[in-house]
Amino acid sequence: MPFIPHTEDDIRQMLEAIGVESIEDLFDEIPANLRAGGLANVPEGLNEMAIGRLMRERAAADARTLCFAGAGAYEHHIPAAVWEIATRGEYYSAYTPYQAEASQGTLQLLYEYQTMMARLTGMDVSNASLYDGASALAESVLMAVRANRKSKSRRILLPRTVHPAYRKVTHTLVHQQGITLEELPFDPERGIVDPAALPEAGDVTAVVIPLPNYFGALEEVDALTDWAHAQGALVIAVVNPTALAILKPPGEWGEKGADIVCGDGQPLGVPLSSGGPYFGFLCCRQPFVRQMPGRLIGRTTDLDGKTGYTLTLQAREQHIRRSKATSNICTNQGLLVTAATIYMALMGPEGLRRVAAASHANTRRLVNALEAIDGVHKLFDAPFFHEAAFRFAQPVAGLQEALAAEGIVAGVGLEADYPELGNSLLLCATETKTDADIDQLAGHIRQFGKRSDSTRPSGEFRMA
Amino acid sequence: MSNIPQELRYTETHEWIRLEEDGTLTVGITDHAQELLGDIVFVELPEEGEECAAGDDVAVVESVKAASDVYAPVTGEVVAINTKLTDTPELINQDPYGEGWIFRVKPMDPEDYDELMDADAYQELISEE
Repeated sequence: MPFIPHTEDDIRQMLEAIGVESIEDLFDEIPANLRAGGLANVPEGLNEMAIGRLMRERAAADARTLCFAGAGAYEHHIPAAVWEIATRGEYYSAYTPYQAEASQGTLQLLYEYQTMMARLTGMDVSNASLYDGASALAESVLMAVRANRKSKSRRILLPRTVHPAYRKVTHTLVHQQGITLEELPFDPERGIVDPAALPEAGDVTAVVIPLPNYFGALEEVDALTDWAHAQGALVIAVVNPTALAILKPPGEWGEKGADIVCGDGQPLGVPLSSGGPYFGFLCCRQPFVRQMPGRLIGRTTDLDGKTGYTLTLQAREQHIRRSKATSNICTNQGLLVTAATIYMALMGPEGLRRVAAASHANTRRLVNALEAIDGVHKLFDAPFFHEAAFRFAQPVAGLQEALAAEGIVAGVGLEADYPELGNSLLLCATETKTDADIDQLAGHIRQFGKRSDSTRPSGEFRMA
Repeated sequence: MSNIPQELRYTETHEWIRLEEDGTLTVGITDHAQELLGDIVFVELPEEGEECAAGDDVAVVESVKAASDVYAPVTGEVVAINTKLTDTPELINQDPYGEGWIFRVKPMDPEDYDELMDADAYQELISEE
């Protein structure tokens, strides 16, 4: 498209021809109470030199830390080849190309990605990605409401063990569409939904099952899946892709398997980078494919009988279906998916299994090391993958602050999202952590506990 | 020229309607509509027993180049669907007024049928397009 600049004079002439004073006047039919106005939390702009300095400082602060935080984003080793290849000129774009079929290499890569994700989740189909795990769950809920035509209730059962941010994003995206999200409580001893305590449900459209859940714990997915199907509900699995290397894929859960599988793809070769960009994945069974949002790449043969790749089932999408499209999502996280595809290809099933097994083994060491400390208790006794929740004797803000001074990110506090879980932290150890790292964390926590004990008032008479 | 059978009724949205002996109405899309859509690859059918109001979108016909809603011509209840279309949607291209029927509706008010366009009116409509 050619670049057509406008001079001030051009703009004035156009406004005159339309018969308005300013560009702003073109928007005056939008009522003032619907206009966003200024954004209070966005700071003033900085010049290039100042922003460069700020970013270098932040990058340096990230690089120094020993990170035991997970809670949805996980530090994994990324082989150097991943981003070396992903940032080559041929791949270096965030988008599916507009003239898609002219870009056979990109389409082939996305097709390979879809194949890998379908195999990992045990589903028939994967789309070419969504924005992130949270929006992927919201899209899964919308998709389930369209796909489950037998259910009229538009009720979704959403366990409290699903990532709090995912629940908030899903609420934001679905609550204006007559869809109700009903919380399922968790067993306070085990940290998972108790399948034996599930209510008489009535008409339910879909049940969300996390694996592992936000606390790192493994839900009883077989029992939950069978229960959901017995209610006539579809099963939406929200999963960590690394965990699937050693756990049963959602396609094999219970008698019939999950129907829709989603999650965040960040653990597959995407760096933490202060919270994003990441990408979301979405897979499903064949019968639901027409309700799936996003782009789908198919393999076909051209007139000469040669293999070629093409966008397929586009009648679901907004450029054809307009207001009745499955979603207004029109692009995907192409660059992140490129990295993830290269990561999965380099690791292979065996490599991914080793990452998952090492992460689990390190978290087991972390649990043993922390449980040996006075005043530290593991919160839940359900089996875990690579993350676990702990309760401490002292307020955890002080502990986190003290450890941050030592260059350690001591997990993520739980109380803000779960008021009943005061003084609690969620800690994670992936394959990147060594025994020495874990000893260092445990040593600092032990010291902090002793310091707090010695400064604590010795008697209770002060209360009077 | 499209085939427009005299004995059927029509809508502005290119559905055809046949009055059956039991008073139900069979609905499909016209020869003209299937020609415009091209090769049909998928049909999303309504559920049997579904209530519909005149003008509701109850089915979707998807071709290689477009997806098009199919509207209920009258208010009533869907009493039958053509499940053959699930595996062989091309029946709509091959035989739009026969094997390619889409659903059957029992009208709440039988007189609604008489309000629908006849073949001559439909002929006039598509020649204006």
